Amino acid sequence: MGKATTSARNGTFLGRLTGSKNGLGLIFMLPAATFLLCFLTYPLGLGVWLGFTDTRIGRAGEFIGLENYIWLLDDPVFRLSVFNTILYTSVASVLKFGLGLWLALLLNEKLPMKSLFRAIILLPWVVPTVLSALAFWWIFDSQFSIISWILMKWGWIDTPINFLGDPTNARAAVIAANVWRGIPFVAISLLAGLQTIPASLNEAAALDGATSWQRFRRITLPLLTPIIAVVMTFSVLFTFTDFQLIYVLTRGGPVNATHLMATLSFQRAIPGGQLGEGAAIAVAMIPFLLAAILFSFFGLQRRKWQQGGAD
Amino acid sequence: MATVGFRNVRKAFGSVEVLHGVSFDIEEGEFVVLVGPSGCGKSTLLRLLAGLEHISSGDILIGERVVNDMPPKERDIAMVFQNYALYPHLTVGENMGFSLTLANRPKSEIAEKVGPAAEILGLSNLLDRYPRQLSGGQRQRVAMGRAIVRDPQVFLFDEPLSNLDAKLRVSMRAEVKNLHQRLKTTTVYVTHDQIEAMTMADRIVVMQDGIVEQIGAPLELYDSPANLFVAGFIGSPAMNMLSGRIDPDNSSRFISKEGVALPIGRPLVETPKGGAIYGLRPEAMRLGGDVRLKVEVVEPTGSETHVIGRLGGVEVVGVFRDRIEARPGDEIGFSIDTTATHLFDAASGKRVSI
Repeated sequence: MGKATTSARNGTFLGRLTGSKNGLGLIFMLPAATFLLCFLTYPLGLGVWLGFTDTRIGRAGEFIGLENYIWLLDDPVFRLSVFNTILYTSVASVLKFGLGLWLALLLNEKLPMKSLFRAIILLPWVVPTVLSALAFWWIFDSQFSIISWILMKWGWIDTPINFLGDPTNARAAVIAANVWRGIPFVAISLLAGLQTIPASLNEAAALDGATSWQRFRRITLPLLTPIIAVVMTFSVLFTFTDFQLIYVLTRGGPVNATHLMATLSFQRAIPGGQLGEGAAIAVAMIPFLLAAILFSFFGLQRRKWQQGGAD
Repeated sequence: MATVGFRNVRKAFGSVEVLHGVSFDIEEGEFVVLVGPSGCGKSTLLRLLAGLEHISSGDILIGERVVNDMPPKERDIAMVFQNYALYPHLTVGENMGFSLTLANRPKSEIAEKVGPAAEILGLSNLLDRYPRQLSGGQRQRVAMGRAIVRDPQVFLFDEPLSNLDAKLRVSMRAEVKNLHQRLKTTTVYVTHDQIEAMTMADRIVVMQDGIVEQIGAPLELYDSPANLFVAGFIGSPAMNMLSGRIDPDNSSRFISKEGVALPIGRPLVETPKGGAIYGLRPEAMRLGGDVRLKVEVVEPTGSETHVIGRLGGVEVVGVFRDRIEARPGDEIGFSIDTTATHLFDAASGKRVSI
C-alpha cells in the first residue's frame, strides 16, 4: 500500500479531496447539511422574508422593508400580545419550576409504589395538548365549570365564576392550564438530576451537622443547577411559543387579553389573510427566544467545579 | 474521645435480618477494625453507629449515652466514606470546613481549624482546588481532613482505601495509623481486607453473616483462631485445611482422609468426637522433612517462594523462605512447625485446644 496509491490519488481533484481529512469530512457532512438546509433553513428563511413583504393570501407580495415592523410597533394589540406573552411565560415558568422541583423532591424520597407515581406524574405531558385543552375548556366553562359547581355546593360563591370571560380570570386560567401541562417535564427532568447526586453526599452533610434545609440549600440545589439551567431554558422556550392551549381555550380573548405572539401571528396570517404581517409578528419572537438561550448559555455555563483537570 | 458499646444490636431490612445480635465494647482511643466478607453486616453496623440507619433492637452507646434515636448530627462522630463523599462544588478548604460553616462559625475560626488539619495531611497548597482536580489519594486525605476538623468523639472509616491502587493503599494504611497515633481518637474502621485489619488494628472484630465470629488483637486471631472461618479469613495465603481424624493409636498425630499423617505436636487433652480438621499455615512449612508435597506451581516472590502442590490429593499452599527450583510434578519434602498447627472439630468448626 502507501506510496503508489497516494500519488495516484493526488492527480485528480476528487482524489485530492478524498485524500485530505477536511475534504473527506465535508463530503460526509453534505447529506446532513442538505437536509438541514431544506427543512430548517428554508422555512425559517421564507418566514423572515415574508416579514419584509406585504404578501396576502392569494397575492404575491412585494418587498416593503421594515414597514410591517414599524406598523406593528404602533399596534396596541401587538404590544398587548408581547406583554401577555412575557407575563404568561414568566408566571408559568416560575410556577412550573417551583412546583416541579417540589414534586421531584417528593418523588426522590423512599415511597411505596414509586414507579406508579412517576408514571402518573407523566400523564399530563403524554396526553395530546388539544385534548387536555378541551378538558380545561370544560373545567373553565362559564356555566358548567366543575370548580364553580363545587364552590357553590360549599356555599363559598353564589354565581358561577366567569373563568374565560374576564380578562384577569382568563389570564390566570390559561396560565394554570399551562402549568398543569408543563410540570411533568420539569419534575421528571429534575428527578433525573436528583438521582445523579450520590446519597453519600447527603449522609456526609447530615454527619457534618446539616439540617434538612441546609442539605437542600448547600448540597442538593448547587449540584442541581446545571440540570435546572437546561430544563428551565427548554421550559421557557416551550411556554413562550405556546399556541395550542390558548387557541383551544380562548382564541386570544376576551378582548385580546390572552393573545400571545404566536396566536396573534396565526390569527393575522391565516384567518386574517395578512401573511406578511403574521410572519413579522412571528419573527419578532426570535429576539426574545435568542435572549433566553443566550442567558442560559452564558449565565448558567458549566461551573468551575464541574471541569476536571486544569487549575 | 469516647467509648463505644454495642448491646445485642439487631438490624432487619424488611423481613431480612442482617445483624443477629452483635455485642462488644470499644475502649477510649482504641482502633478497632470490623472485618469480614462482603454482606457480613460490617458496613451496616458502622452505619447504625453513625445514625444513617435505624437500629431494629438493642442499644448503641457512645460514651455513656444511648444514641439509638439520636440523629447523626448530634452524635458527634465523623465518617470517611468509601467514595470519599466530597462536595464537588466546594473547594478542598470549604469541604474541610463545611461542618463549621454550617454551625455559622466565623471565617477566622474556620481557617484556624482547617489550616493545621491541612498541614497534618499535606494539603496546605491544595486548599483552593476542587475535588475533581485531585488524585485519588489526595481526595482520600481531604475526606480524612474533613473528619479531623470536626474533632469528633469517634472516627468512622467505611472501606476508605478500597478505591486506591495497591501501592497507594499501603502508604495510606500507614498514614491512617499514624494519624490515629497522633490524635488518639476512638476509631472504628471497616474493611474486607484482612491485611488492612491486621496491620492497623488494636483489636479486630471478625464478622460473618451478621454475627461476630471472634474479637481479639491481630496476632491473637492469627495464632489462635476460634473457628474455621476466622482461621481461613485471617492470614495470606489462607490457612490450608485438611479433613480427617486423630490417629486412634497416637493422639499427637493427625491422619487426613487421603491417609497423610501430620504431626500435631503434643498429645491432645480431648479428642474431637467425630472428624477433625487440621489447619496448616503456609508459613509453618519448613523445607526438608518427610512430608511429601507434589509440586504444581512455583511462585517466586523474591523474598519468599510460594509453592502450590498436592498433599495426598488436597491442594496445599506453602510459603518458604528458601528459593526453590522445583518443576511441576516434582516432589519436595517438608516438615511442620508444630507450635503453629491448628485443629478444629469438623462438626462444630470450633477450635480444639492443643
